[in-house]
Amino acid sequence: MFYREAGDFKTTYVDDNQTFPIKFDRYRYYAVLFVALAIVPFLVNDYWANAVLLPFLIYAIAAIGLNILVGYCGQLSLGTGGFMAVGAYACYKLMTAFPEVNIVIHVVLAGGVTACVGVLFGLPSLRIKGFYLAVATLAAQFFLVWLFNKVPWFYNHSASGQISAPERSVFGIVVTGANADAWAKYMICLVFVFGAAWLARNLTRGSVGRRWMAIRDMDIAAEIIGVNPLKAKLTAFAVSSFFVGVAGALFFSVYLGAVEVGEVFGIQKSFLVLFMIIIGGLGSIFGSFAGAAFIVLLPVFLKNVLVGGFGWATDLAAHLEIMILGGLIVVFLIAEPHGLAQLWRVAKEKLRLWPFPH
Amino acid sequence: MKLTFTMAAVAAIMAAAPASADLTFSALSYRTGPYAANGIPFADGYQDYFTLLNERDGGIGGEKINLVECETGYNTEKGVECYESTKGSGALVYQPLSTGITYQLIPKATADSIPVHSMGYGRTSAKNGAVFPYIFNYPANYWDGASVAIKHLLDENGGDLSGKKIALVYHNSAYGKEPIRTLEELAKKHGYELSLLPVDHPGQEQKSQWLQIRREKPDYVIMWGWGVMNQVAIQEAVNIRYPMDHFIGIWWSGSENDVKPAGPKADGYKALTFHNLGMDYPLYDDMKKYVIDAGKAAGAGDQVGTVLYNRGMYAAMLAAEAAKTAQEMSGTTQITPAQMRDGMEHLVITEEKMAGLGLPNFGPEFEVTCENHGGNGFAAVSQWNAAEGHFNLITDYMQSDQEVLAPLVEADSKAYAEESGITPGCM
Repeated sequence: MFYREAGDFKTTYVDDNQTFPIKFDRYRYYAVLFVALAIVPFLVNDYWANAVLLPFLIYAIAAIGLNILVGYCGQLSLGTGGFMAVGAYACYKLMTAFPEVNIVIHVVLAGGVTACVGVLFGLPSLRIKGFYLAVATLAAQFFLVWLFNKVPWFYNHSASGQISAPERSVFGIVVTGANADAWAKYMICLVFVFGAAWLARNLTRGSVGRRWMAIRDMDIAAEIIGVNPLKAKLTAFAVSSFFVGVAGALFFSVYLGAVEVGEVFGIQKSFLVLFMIIIGGLGSIFGSFAGAAFIVLLPVFLKNVLVGGFGWATDLAAHLEIMILGGLIVVFLIAEPHGLAQLWRVAKEKLRLWPFPH
Repeated sequence: MKLTFTMAAVAAIMAAAPASADLTFSALSYRTGPYAANGIPFADGYQDYFTLLNERDGGIGGEKINLVECETGYNTEKGVECYESTKGSGALVYQPLSTGITYQLIPKATADSIPVHSMGYGRTSAKNGAVFPYIFNYPANYWDGASVAIKHLLDENGGDLSGKKIALVYHNSAYGKEPIRTLEELAKKHGYELSLLPVDHPGQEQKSQWLQIRREKPDYVIMWGWGVMNQVAIQEAVNIRYPMDHFIGIWWSGSENDVKPAGPKADGYKALTFHNLGMDYPLYDDMKKYVIDAGKAAGAGDQVGTVLYNRGMYAAMLAAEAAKTAQEMSGTTQITPAQMRDGMEHLVITEEKMAGLGLPNFGPEFEVTCENHGGNGFAAVSQWNAAEGHFNLITDYMQSDQEVLAPLVEADSKAYAEESGITPGCM
């Protein structure tokens, strides 16, 4: 009834090609943006920012990054944790070496550094595919974590081997360190998420994204129709690592403030982000958000219900949390193997016909 | 569906933080994950002591204690979530029992004016209260531990360690890296040769490290391990037939849960401790009467009297004493975290006080001042007796080598102050 193309006339090519061609979708998108930009910053407190929103937003960037590589280009990667560590350590080195430069520039540069490292570790993708590539990227994961633990230069020779973010501000507002306000941290992450999603969405709609998808669907056919696999695969690695690096830099500087590479950027992180995009939906920007929300919010929600609501023992709740989360993942993937994004797509199809399905 | 989910989440989170008039203590514990074997007894002891105070004395100074437990799983991200969620309920002091989480909390808690007590862990240079006004690590820290271990070895070797080979097996994290600086400094002083063997989180994989020990045959092995890493290391040491009495663990590597899996062959394993062991104290009579027999014990109740249970109890006792001091100082029973900090900074632990609490000869005497948030650094060596199934103290309490440590603390805290723009000074 509300959700349909009929009556929504497009008179220009630009209109016809917009991201949200259906009017209802477009307004919903504006409404979400409005709430996120203009309402949430006034309501957010330390708990909501640090425990819920920051991890969600930052994981969403990482998931978008990995989705470009795995979902759009079909190159399986288990190196996400390692690449996030590159972003974090690059950001740390830049922050401490050039304290007068704006943190936003450092985060973007950290993404750039990660993109270079990502391309380097993406080189094997030209020879190997699938699970074998996963093993090669797994090597990146272990190597990078080992490197950041081993070489003291990366953590400025601090005795503990930890890196901690000094206080930095944007337009005079502190965004990193302990004195940063919840809304400031939230806003800086939101801006990066918006930028990442916007960039990723438009990249994947354009010729670059089409090349990636051609490689994913059948690399030999893609090569025959003129897609250069070297360029396509390496750009996918570069763009993906850029986003993952930005996520790592924000994770370290804005969210945690102090990071220990083995614990925070270990192999679990790689799997976590991979699960996010599998549950959310491969090859979908919305899926990256949905997956990140599922994995980040559900445990917090369960914890609060079980411990806060029912007053159960914390260990019982923690174990149940794992079981419920695991169970839900299985149920979701049986009900809809293509993830939450596909559920959303099906719902939208149904809505188009509602209330007169044929 | 999304909206109802959000609303339910909001409702649940609102319900999670009840406003209360009690004294709130937070327990960031971990009863799950690879470190649970050590996290459980500590959490039980911590909780039981507060239960005892509530049941026997009606709380502290007439105020009931409200203990909020939060499961961190030794994970930094969950630790942050726990800190934020318990902060709202007015927690007086944080004891995260994790060096990683402590490093997280040092700037956060300082900004929020909430004290952190990292008892025997965390950042060693927090001993300098002029730089770390909200962080306390009395009665002993890692550098004390490293120094006391070396002192014990000196005693065993007639005061001379030159030419000896000592290996450090450590958790490859901020926690495990803490003693390296001290051990290196002490190596210069005493002339032993130090080799470093890192073990990655969570520590189940140690074959290569112990193969190296088997090949290089160091005279002594010192360990900085935690959780499953301890059990695996002791088992591996047994497997390569390393002499157990040449193997010394820090106080976090010396609980029953660490040695029991290796069976009778773990006999003779040594570990440091900064408090006494066993159940032979009057306090345990009250504990039995008011908590255990009343069915109010935390967890499964099977950890009572173990090394880490005692330590958890000790931590809770020090927190309660600091709260009492704070109540006396501020003249109100309803203290705030800032007043709690003042109480911690003026905490005096004497033998009479300990005996009065039912814990005679349990821990060292010390006095906290602004310049010294870390106590005097006394520790003793305990040894595992597999036949009897408990650790026994085999030495007296020894003080760490302050001559070496004081300049290190000074230098490290100064570096931190510079890095984060703090002007050292007492409050």
